[in-house]
Amino acid sequence: MFDHLDLVKLIFGRLTWEALPLHVPIVLGTMIVVMLGGLALVAVITYNRLWGYLWHDWFTSIDHKKIGIMYIILGLVMLLRGFSDAIMMRAQQAMSFGANNGFLPPEHYDQVFTAHGVIMIFFVAMPLITGIMNFVIPLQIGARDVAFPFLNNFSFWMTAAGTVLVMMSLFVGEFARTGWLAYPPLSGIAQSPDVGVDYYIWSLQIAGIGTLLSGINLLVTIIKMRAPGMSLMKMPMFVWTALCTNVLIVAAFPVLTAVLALLSLDRYVGTNFFTTALGGNAMMYVNLIWIWGHPEVYILILPAFGIFSEVTATFSRKRLFGYTSMVYATIVITVLAYLVWLHHFFTMGSGASVNSFFGITTMIISIPTGAKIFNWLFTMYRGRITFSVPMLWTMGFMVTFTIGGMTGVLLAVPPADFVLHNSLFLVAHFHNVIIGGVLFGLFAGINYWFPKAFGFKLDEFWGKCSFWFWTVGFYFAFMPLYVLGLMGVTRRMSHFDDSSLQIWFEIAAFGAFLVLLGIISMLIQFYVSFRHRAALRDVTGDPWDARTLEWSTSSPPPSYNFAFTPLVHDVDTWWQMKQAHYKRPEEGFIPIHMPKNTGAGIMLGGLSTIFGFAMIWNMWLLVVVSFVALLAVAIGHTFNYKRDFHIPADEVARTEAARTTLLANHV
Amino acid sequence: MPLKKTLRGLLLLPALALLAGCNAVLLHPEGDVALQQRDLIIVSLGLMLLIVIPVIALTLFFAWRYRARNTQASYDPEWHHSTMLELMIWAAPLLIIIALGALTWVSTHKLDPYRPLDQLSKGRPVAAGTRPLVVEVVALDWKWLFFYPEQGIATVNELAAPVDRPIEFRITATNVMNSFFIPSLAGQIYAMPGMETKLNAVINKAGEYEGFSANFSGDGFSGMRFKFHGMSDQDFDTWVQQARKSSETLSVDTYQHLEQPSEREPIHFYASVAPGLYDAILNNCVAAAQKCADSMMGFASDARTKAPDMHAMMRSGDAAHADAAVAHDAMSMSMPMPAASESKSAPAAAPSGHTP
Repeated sequence: MFDHLDLVKLIFGRLTWEALPLHVPIVLGTMIVVMLGGLALVAVITYNRLWGYLWHDWFTSIDHKKIGIMYIILGLVMLLRGFSDAIMMRAQQAMSFGANNGFLPPEHYDQVFTAHGVIMIFFVAMPLITGIMNFVIPLQIGARDVAFPFLNNFSFWMTAAGTVLVMMSLFVGEFARTGWLAYPPLSGIAQSPDVGVDYYIWSLQIAGIGTLLSGINLLVTIIKMRAPGMSLMKMPMFVWTALCTNVLIVAAFPVLTAVLALLSLDRYVGTNFFTTALGGNAMMYVNLIWIWGHPEVYILILPAFGIFSEVTATFSRKRLFGYTSMVYATIVITVLAYLVWLHHFFTMGSGASVNSFFGITTMIISIPTGAKIFNWLFTMYRGRITFSVPMLWTMGFMVTFTIGGMTGVLLAVPPADFVLHNSLFLVAHFHNVIIGGVLFGLFAGINYWFPKAFGFKLDEFWGKCSFWFWTVGFYFAFMPLYVLGLMGVTRRMSHFDDSSLQIWFEIAAFGAFLVLLGIISMLIQFYVSFRHRAALRDVTGDPWDARTLEWSTSSPPPSYNFAFTPLVHDVDTWWQMKQAHYKRPEEGFIPIHMPKNTGAGIMLGGLSTIFGFAMIWNMWLLVVVSFVALLAVAIGHTFNYKRDFHIPADEVARTEAARTTLLANHV
Repeated sequence: MPLKKTLRGLLLLPALALLAGCNAVLLHPEGDVALQQRDLIIVSLGLMLLIVIPVIALTLFFAWRYRARNTQASYDPEWHHSTMLELMIWAAPLLIIIALGALTWVSTHKLDPYRPLDQLSKGRPVAAGTRPLVVEVVALDWKWLFFYPEQGIATVNELAAPVDRPIEFRITATNVMNSFFIPSLAGQIYAMPGMETKLNAVINKAGEYEGFSANFSGDGFSGMRFKFHGMSDQDFDTWVQQARKSSETLSVDTYQHLEQPSEREPIHFYASVAPGLYDAILNNCVAAAQKCADSMMGFASDARTKAPDMHAMMRSGDAAHADAAVAHDAMSMSMPMPAASESKSAPAAAPSGHTP
């Protein structure tokens, strides 16, 4: 029986030299630049002998703060990738009219818009959100780490593994050409026989495991690890939104995993879940993916709402208006998030009653959302507002998001959606809420918590530049798309016949250029702040005169966060403590029980990348080997009993004494 | 500072809207359905602006009034609750949504694409006994095939209809999803393999309109466009005659050739069409070896039988509900059993998707 066994095929599957983009100049160029950049980075790290530091202090760290920071770095790096895709799309659409076919042929352009959507949602927004939650939640609830510290490290590396696969698709083979949700039949094996959709499936499946586990982790952390006295209704608003988001993650991501598993079965073993020929139905896929997909947008926006709540209260120097109604609004949004998925496909022929039902449930979400906007508004009312960078992002959000919300409700009216569905109006709408809501929120959050993470504030000037370029650039980039939508222009076109549309695409491309300046300003902001870190130093640990517990500890916090677990009496605990002239304990320290670093997470992540890659290219031998290795490492890790240690009391005492001195010298 | 930026954003909106007024087809459609959809967009936007404008104005005003430098403004750091205000901020959006929700319910039913038209345009009801012009639409890779069963002709990438005669589109696709959209005529509806969707519409003015696929369907998607001609009755008859004079006919062989993926296919006219071709496409049985989906499910008796439409289930809440349930039972038996196609005990009435 072994005479049929083709050893080369068994090892390399469908991978051949053809898979390398040697014949596509743009991709080849990118590949060379990325490889040179990578080599330079490796060289710098090696030259400075940083590998040991990175490995011991970061890659194997189970400290929630470091994992949070790694998530954020991952998200920001991928933002650059996702944005390069955006620039390419805007450039292509601005020039591809009439006889000019632009610089991207359809088969390349289709990959670009698919990759843009996938990367921006899964590998930019999700890591940034997860990173901020990871960093902030334990600090805000007065905990020393998350509930399952190793799981946290493992989740991060699974997300990173998915990211690596997406990036590999750029250089080895190709990415999906199906749109970011890969509807069958287009994503089925008959229409997409190549590896693109398989890259899509495996990168999302692997990253999805990370997201789900981190959701469980943060959920348990919030429920079980709050400081004494912090009842649910005394949790900071950000923790509330994070709680709801993690409930959504835990309930929604398994659906994504399941639907992608069904699609894999259709592709790999010839089942017919989504092919009509033998009784399957592609609409089942569309329903399932949006049952995950709609909660997903609330997974992204709720923590952003939480950030805005913290920022508005802090920079208005005033208690958050209507805390209770904010909490209930968040819960209502969480529940309703599951009742609206069909509004993504009113035009697939559902009956009028079904369409009306989902249209109206969608509109109902705008009631709690509207209430939230009013609550921020009345938080500002009779406040003392300082327009630091986080507050600027919040102001930009309140105006921009309101417009995006309005066009969203318009799209929820089914007969209006029949003409606006899949148009550039829709594209403008969701960028309006995702950029104006999620991204602005993340930027507010990054500027707000940066001093806590690194011990120095970010430069205000470049922060403001970034804000203005982004905001103005956003309006230039997306208002023309609203107009084009009303002109009946549909999305995902790589070429246009009607040259009267061109001017609008050129304005949009100019907007994208302004956004580029915004991103560059942000990078300069990081660089300048690092150079001037001595001047920007946050000595007090409370640079904004803020209100919640994370500001009561030093910046950056010690690995154990709090020498003593705080007692909570109020929503704005730290504010209340300051009012009551709280005095830091300076003696009586006891040893602190902490989890120990482990390399198991990064090993599992690496093996998952290999497993995914082998599945994509049908390298069955490697599939078996990597899967067995995955199991072996996972089981091996369960026998690792050396998982914890105690920070001795005198080390805690030394750390705290150093802070006491610092504070004394400062004042 | 935020004032300047937000003002700029605000100024941009109406300015763009004004500019767009010149050639935004959705704002100046020529079909009655699209016109009603346009009116709905305007009314909905108006309703929402009632709350959106005050919110944006208040945001800017509060930001300016309570800026830290303005020490004149009152400062009340502990003020965080007001039952009256809370009532208002929940009630105001609620009221708007009640109005909009009612509007949505009524308009969604009235403008259900499956529902036969009751007016040609405002104040002109459809005369009793009017038969709509039936057009069967097939989305192929990457072109549109139109059957005119009444006229016995078929066309590729060109569509025509007489002005002020209701049109009933029956829409399907060969292998991937597309969306059939003529913005000036009416809203879009998906074209999906193995399923039939419907769209009722009417064009009120002679002219040439753009039609295209509004759902990404692969590499040839950008070129998947066609012209839709609104014509006087005489012009339409001439157009049909022109098609009948075509040297091409749409046999099964021609169709299988046409079915191969191609981009920017020129316009074709077919003088005649192989009998039952559209149903065969819908039921995935154009090739002789293939068993029709409808016969697999046990609804074989009638040649005019439509697919046992899973799709019908999605339309529950309508009259099709009962039929859909039948379809569901059939589906759960699922796979092609040899006996099923012979079975005379299958339900006589095939679920044809939707009974208005």
